[in-house]
Amino acid sequence: MKLGTVSLLAASLLLTGTVIARATPPPEQYVNDAAIMDDGLPRLLSAYGFFADAAAQEPVPHVYPYRLNTPLYSDGAEKLRFVYRPAGTQIAASGEGLLDLPVGSALIKTFAFGEGEDRRLIETRVLLHRADGWLALPYLWNEEQTDARLAVAGARIDLTTPRGEDISYRVPNKNQCKECHGLGGEVVPIGPKARNLSGDWLKQMVAAGHIDRMPQGGDQLPLWEHRGKASVEDAARAYLDVNCAHCHRPGATASNSGLDLRWEQEDPRALGIMKRPVAAGRGAGDLLFDIVPGDPDASILLHRMMVSEPGVAMPELGKATVDEDGVEAVRKWIAGMEPR
Amino acid sequence: MIRIAISALLLASAAPVFAETYSIEPGEGAQERLQEALILAEPGDEIVLAAGRYELTDGLSLDVDGVTVRGAGMDGTVLDFTTQAGAGEGLLVTSDNVTLRDFAMENPKGDGIKSKGADNIVYYRIRVTWTRGPHPENGAYAIYPVESTGVLVDGVKVTGASDAGIYVGQSDRITVRNSIAEANVAGIEIENSRNALVEHNIATRNTGGILVFDLPDLPVMGGGNVIVANNLVVANDTPNFAPPGNIVAGVRRGTGIMVMANEDVLIENNILSGNPTAPVMVIAYVQPYDDERYNPLPRGVVVGDNTFDGGGYDPQLEGGELLKAAFGGELPPVMWDGLGSLYVTGEAPGWSLNLTEQGVGLGAAQPAPLAAPTPEAAFDRSGIGAPAELEARLSR
Repeated sequence: MKLGTVSLLAASLLLTGTVIARATPPPEQYVNDAAIMDDGLPRLLSAYGFFADAAAQEPVPHVYPYRLNTPLYSDGAEKLRFVYRPAGTQIAASGEGLLDLPVGSALIKTFAFGEGEDRRLIETRVLLHRADGWLALPYLWNEEQTDARLAVAGARIDLTTPRGEDISYRVPNKNQCKECHGLGGEVVPIGPKARNLSGDWLKQMVAAGHIDRMPQGGDQLPLWEHRGKASVEDAARAYLDVNCAHCHRPGATASNSGLDLRWEQEDPRALGIMKRPVAAGRGAGDLLFDIVPGDPDASILLHRMMVSEPGVAMPELGKATVDEDGVEAVRKWIAGMEPR
Repeated sequence: MIRIAISALLLASAAPVFAETYSIEPGEGAQERLQEALILAEPGDEIVLAAGRYELTDGLSLDVDGVTVRGAGMDGTVLDFTTQAGAGEGLLVTSDNVTLRDFAMENPKGDGIKSKGADNIVYYRIRVTWTRGPHPENGAYAIYPVESTGVLVDGVKVTGASDAGIYVGQSDRITVRNSIAEANVAGIEIENSRNALVEHNIATRNTGGILVFDLPDLPVMGGGNVIVANNLVVANDTPNFAPPGNIVAGVRRGTGIMVMANEDVLIENNILSGNPTAPVMVIAYVQPYDDERYNPLPRGVVVGDNTFDGGGYDPQLEGGELLKAAFGGELPPVMWDGLGSLYVTGEAPGWSLNLTEQGVGLGAAQPAPLAAPTPEAAFDRSGIGAPAELEARLSR
């Protein structure tokens, strides 16, 4: 049972309620459905018309902001997430997993660094649900912060993280999008799983008719900033589900590792407990098992989270710095396991 | 029949007629230009890399079916990843019917070229080198096809991998030939794979020359139907430099051809010289395991005619000196742990540990000369090796 989220409802109400209410821009602007649906790769983010005020990340109607209870770590970037559904369609709830977004939908995620006046939008990644499947595209913001241009080959940008680390931030190329979003050969969304969305946001979306019904098993993962109130196991397992399981699961990029870090996985061996690495190479360091119960420092899984060197670091993409909070959560979980 | 032949011809000629060529030169912006080409290419297109050195800072990736990436030779076109800052490999291929040929890759931070779920892939005259030689911080695999059906590795050269130079994992219909694997921990490794042909290769100065393994806890298990033939397996005497967590970290320095937990493996017409622990080693999986789907024993392994120049003259084995003395100064060339089933057809002096149980280690060994039967039937070679279509692609 992974409960412990009931007490967090109040907090998430505060967060999501206000965001949805604010999302009511001037009514004359709408999303350009053709840009989402037609073949071809729009060169500018503005072509889609997702934003009434791009620099302020103020969306147009039918583009709804959302957050995830436990988010993916991206070098400390602030992430602004939006979902769009075209007129006349509805998002379908199917259990605790991904919301079923109709063809013509889009998911939009903007990465920003810096606070207040100093905030700079770095990149916006869009996932477009076209008739032949999902398409992932990265857009890179200009200096003036007026628009973002398509960067299929990705880019590197020097910036300073909230922790004050100077890094070379990597904007993924179009194929690298698929490394995380690939499942069974298709591109799929990762983030908006019902279990990782707040119950209040889901309720409001259902009440407004955007989602067909309340999904079963929604809102299970703890709110990351309140993980102290959740169980140590839930906090760590939520972190691994969100940060690792898009690759480490059957059918995805790291399937050949035999490691399956999804929230619903219960088999200790699949989770890495006393499991030997397969193709970790030097990523294993001097260690023998993915997770050694009671001994975090002997666990390859934690070791690879604690370094930023390519070839060793996990995740392989989207990480230039170590997520100290994530390391701590996983360390606590492994330390608390009964040694064998 | 005639109609079929004509439509096949049309199909075959369609690609060249409409195919585009992306020409890439080294220099400023090579990372972006090359990656863009890898993304914008369409099936049938060719990406041609001019001679020169390409300084690359990030991993490349290809996800379009039917693309050829062609350089100006493994000494002419060099993709230099010495300053790589991200990604787990130099090049990742996730699409089918891809041909990679005539270029080199140096010092990738992780693996060299990884192809995953990439059916019918050809690696031809590719070189992957870690230029400082054996080092535990080199990347794990140089050539790394995994979870694929149809793999042809031909004429490649791999040096310095801290795991395996050529590693084929969880795949089917494989040929590795005419290649040189030098100064890696494992030269060539076929793991959890079926229908593999390993022939006409040179494996030298590795810790172990050619390994055929099956491991537990993986999505694909049950490795077998492997032929290791006509290889030159010489002087594999580099001390093991793999990080301890890896399975190959347990490979003893001086292993020539090693089979662990597989079924139906034929070892014949190889030349084995200067492999001081064991020119040929056939053993069960050595670790404890609790995967019910897994069979840890070698079954139906056949050692045919091979040319042995010496045996285990400096074995990296517990009690090696005593063993040597007991066998008259040198261990016979074929070593078996006594588990599963081994057959010998040719002249192959050997010795057995005569273990009676998997996972107990050498402590329970009762070494004695090998007495292995001849096989009851001829080795079934059907279906082994890469599909013929892959070889046909080389002449284009």
